Amino acid sequence: MFQLFESLGQSTRGSFAKLGRSSLFLLNTLAGVPDTMTRPTLLVKQLFSVGVLSFLIITISGLFVGMVLGLQGFYTLSDFGAEESLGVMVAASLVRELGPVVSALLFAGRAGSALTAEIGLMKATEQLSGMEMMAVDPIKRIISPRFLAGFISTPLLAALFSTIGVIGGHMVGVGMLGVDDGAFWAQMQASIDFQQDIINGVIKSIVFGFVVSWIALFEGYDTIPTAEGVSRATTRTVVNSAFAVLGLDFILTALMFGDI
Amino acid sequence: MHNTKTQDTLVGLFVASGIAALFYMAMQVSNLGSYTGGETYTIIAQFQNSGGLKIKSPVSVAGVRIGRVSSIRLDKDSHESIVEMQIESQYNNLPDDSGASIYTAGLLGEQYVSIDPGPGISGEFLKDRSKIDNVSSAIILEEMIGKFLMNKADSK
Repeated sequence: MFQLFESLGQSTRGSFAKLGRSSLFLLNTLAGVPDTMTRPTLLVKQLFSVGVLSFLIITISGLFVGMVLGLQGFYTLSDFGAEESLGVMVAASLVRELGPVVSALLFAGRAGSALTAEIGLMKATEQLSGMEMMAVDPIKRIISPRFLAGFISTPLLAALFSTIGVIGGHMVGVGMLGVDDGAFWAQMQASIDFQQDIINGVIKSIVFGFVVSWIALFEGYDTIPTAEGVSRATTRTVVNSAFAVLGLDFILTALMFGDI
Repeated sequence: MHNTKTQDTLVGLFVASGIAALFYMAMQVSNLGSYTGGETYTIIAQFQNSGGLKIKSPVSVAGVRIGRVSSIRLDKDSHESIVEMQIESQYNNLPDDSGASIYTAGLLGEQYVSIDPGPGISGEFLKDRSKIDNVSSAIILEEMIGKFLMNKADSK
């Protein structure tokens, strides 16, 4: 019985301690961001590995998600004789929800896991402590550029995802299924509001980029420096990022679009 | 490993394409492209019933959009709906005896205000904050169906 309470208390304390460490880690990372601005080569290198290398998976997924939306939307809407609203349906679901959320999930899987593994291995091979020995702050030198790169890339990737998705929906809806081209765009432009939909979608993807980069880098930095520890940390990055993105998406949607 | 120059170029291309995508969404997907952002003036119309009219609903003449509804409120004395519309300044030659009616785009579509230019007997035009007197209210589908059914029952 005592053991049960003991382990319960220990795990509670452990999770609070982790929350505290991750908050401090975030503060240190943010404090290192101004230094990163003065060294753009580090940032460009990370933008390449985090952003440019995610470009292909994001655009291809966006294209297929848009095409599926066009197909499914057409079958549902044609039951009501409202195929002309296909443009609104495709664009609204992409810009408001799927663009930011799916690109953040893909980003966590493609770039977040790589960041965790990279930093975890740096820790396991004692490169981070080596830097400290040379009086180089590993947070400023390693973590902050990666954080900033993730933060910059996600909104751009989400915008690419939505745009390609709309084009994919247009290809299927107008090109294959014969929805009227003019009605597709006109209804879309009449219903999608710049402030309400596009800006809110961009805000969402900025928040997701912040959270996913934070989780990925912290899990890498906080990893147990063994092979098993790195593999666990990588898994945790993907799982926790998915939870955080989907949970935050609900809260943000309720704040932005709901009347709560 | 890529050499630095190609890497820089690719990152530049990536950022540029991301910004281009944002721009494309703003102009092609949203209503930003149709905003003129120019000067407007306000005209007012008092309807018995403004139906499903909303703020930002279009205001059109002969099917061409010339402005948007900017506010809808209830007049406390007459219990009628007061609709304010912002009209683009380039359309400043609407005769002051023009009429306004609320129509529905399609059978179940969005409602909009249609302005029917009058004959212009006085030679004056609608100015900022002028009021349209000749109005016809929204057609409420439920009311119409109700009336139709009543007529059917009466004629039997």
